[in-house]
Amino acid sequence: MSLRLDQVSVDIAGRRIVAGIDLAVGDREFAGLVGPNGSGKSTILKAIYRVHRPSTGKVLLDGTDLLSLRPRDAARRIAVVAQESTSEFDFTVREMVMIGRTPHKRSFDRDTEADRAVVDQAIERVGCGQLAQRRFNTLSGGEKQLVLIARALTQEANHLILDEPTNHLDIHHQVEILEVVAGLGVTVLAALHDLSLAALFCHTIHVLSAGQIVTAGPPAAVLTPETIRRAYGADVLVIDHPDTGTPHLIPRRAAPGSAAGVPETGRSSIPARPAES
Amino acid sequence: MHEDDDRAGPARADAGNGGAVAARTAAKPSRAAAPGPPARRFIFWPSRPQSRWRDRTPLAVVLAICAALLFVTMTLGVGIGSVPLSPVAVWHVVAGGLAGHPENTVAGIIVWQIRLPRVLLAAVVGAALTTAGAVVQVLVRNALADPFLLGVSSGASVGATAVLLLGVFASLGVWAISAGSILGALAAMAAVFAVSRGGRGLAPTQLILCGVVLSALFESVTSFLIFRGNPQATQSVLFWLLGSFGLASWNQLPIPALALAAAMVYLMAQARTLNALAMGAEPAASLGVDVRRLRRNLFIVTSLMAGVAVAVSGVIGFVGLVVPHIVRLMVGSDHRRVLPTGVLFGASFMVLGDLLARTIVAPQEMPIGVITAFIGAPTLIVLIRRRPYLYGATQ
Repeated sequence: MSLRLDQVSVDIAGRRIVAGIDLAVGDREFAGLVGPNGSGKSTILKAIYRVHRPSTGKVLLDGTDLLSLRPRDAARRIAVVAQESTSEFDFTVREMVMIGRTPHKRSFDRDTEADRAVVDQAIERVGCGQLAQRRFNTLSGGEKQLVLIARALTQEANHLILDEPTNHLDIHHQVEILEVVAGLGVTVLAALHDLSLAALFCHTIHVLSAGQIVTAGPPAAVLTPETIRRAYGADVLVIDHPDTGTPHLIPRRAAPGSAAGVPETGRSSIPARPAES
Repeated sequence: MHEDDDRAGPARADAGNGGAVAARTAAKPSRAAAPGPPARRFIFWPSRPQSRWRDRTPLAVVLAICAALLFVTMTLGVGIGSVPLSPVAVWHVVAGGLAGHPENTVAGIIVWQIRLPRVLLAAVVGAALTTAGAVVQVLVRNALADPFLLGVSSGASVGATAVLLLGVFASLGVWAISAGSILGALAAMAAVFAVSRGGRGLAPTQLILCGVVLSALFESVTSFLIFRGNPQATQSVLFWLLGSFGLASWNQLPIPALALAAAMVYLMAQARTLNALAMGAEPAASLGVDVRRLRRNLFIVTSLMAGVAVAVSGVIGFVGLVVPHIVRLMVGSDHRRVLPTGVLFGASFMVLGDLLARTIVAPQEMPIGVITAFIGAPTLIVLIRRRPYLYGATQ
């Protein structure tokens, strides 16, 4: 249960979008992929789930070249929750989740009792049991995302790829979704926008800028004001999360002179709030 | 491996959906007894799938109703006309015909030689257009697509017009129009396929644009031919363009029927991957679907089906657009349900449409395209107003 990118580059329409990506996600590790808009996060993920073909390098799944697998076999080992929420078509939540069984079924196979059990359990696992008979199109954004995670679960893959799963969601659903994902016990690679949230859940964070990995490591080592300035061109304060001690980023306004007051290295001296219990 | 966790952990799933959990865990009383009420253990047939998946009407029920509807519409279609026949008389003749010795009475000839082939052809074409429409809507991921969107009908029109006005294929006799329109349809299909085949393989937007643009081109060719043709022949072109089953005969049936059967076998085999494709190209790819190949095959299958339908009956609009929607309204969007229901319901719809077309202004015959549009357009408007979220009008 490991995923490794070995010197992967991807060209789209003759332009190199990401170059020489080395990235490894260990067994049951929750890895975050962060970086500014347009830095190539989605491109890397799409190279993993076979929408883009790497121009150079390889994507290795437990040591096997992903491109040597048949699409069906790959889909049994890697499940994806991509940015997708609208469907022109009317599916119930159960039907939607059942679509996750596709790579396990052959032509004319019927849904078996085992398939239904997998679907029901996936829906329960993301806490959507009461939504099972609803129409997918009538759900809220957060509910839809949970259902899509349930769909990925029914693929029974042990690698999960998420492309900004918390986009456009309220803070309750952001935390809920990442909590669900973290509790799955599978190898996860997720592109995330919210750095503080990423720090809260990820074991490892890979920082991407202009199509290249700038740095990678545990959140506390990676999410420093210097790295953020280098990758994003933004000034932030970094404090410790009162509960977990993980880095928490506070944006700063770009007013002239304000940068002078910031300690140039490490964490700021702002005292952490006492943890409420 | 989380898949093992999934299977081994029924007790964890006790949060909601109590009946389902109890049914599933009934075999392991030691763990299931605690969360579920004791009565659950006495559920009859705890493993019966329908007992806890009741989101929609069972497919068998829907199919039975649609089959009954088709039976009734076909009986009416054969029975009603200038010489009315009772259902008993109709089926008496049909039974005799099927047994190999059709009656030589007036009723026998009317039923076996004239009305039955017509009704069967209408049924086959209705089923083919409905199926093609449902699949094209997935192929381009657009609820308002129809089987003629991809240029098939306008290409066929060029061919048929050339036959009627210029006398192309005159040596083929009664087959000339069919030959002309199927060639036109194939040429249009090849053109749309070649033009829209971009880097990502028949992407929806490209496909729609190429279909629309090339359709306009072919239509202008048809218009040019009509403009240059003689007025009398123009009348027959117009009649052909609006569709009719007036020329139906037994020997027109095998090709469309075989095309429909072959297409249905392929599509039912792909029904699950069609559901995945309905999610979009990238989700489908991540579910293990070879999207490029699937799209290519769907394009060919639907174009051929629509092309064959047009060849035997002209351009009958609205059926391929509206009927798939009515079917989804009845059974949802799962293609394992949509496709078989669509075949039966689309057939009934067309048989009924043809019946109206030839009785409403009898003894004259109305082009069936007029009837289908007349029924189809209001139906679609009602559907759009009733289900706004299906048509991108949410929030």
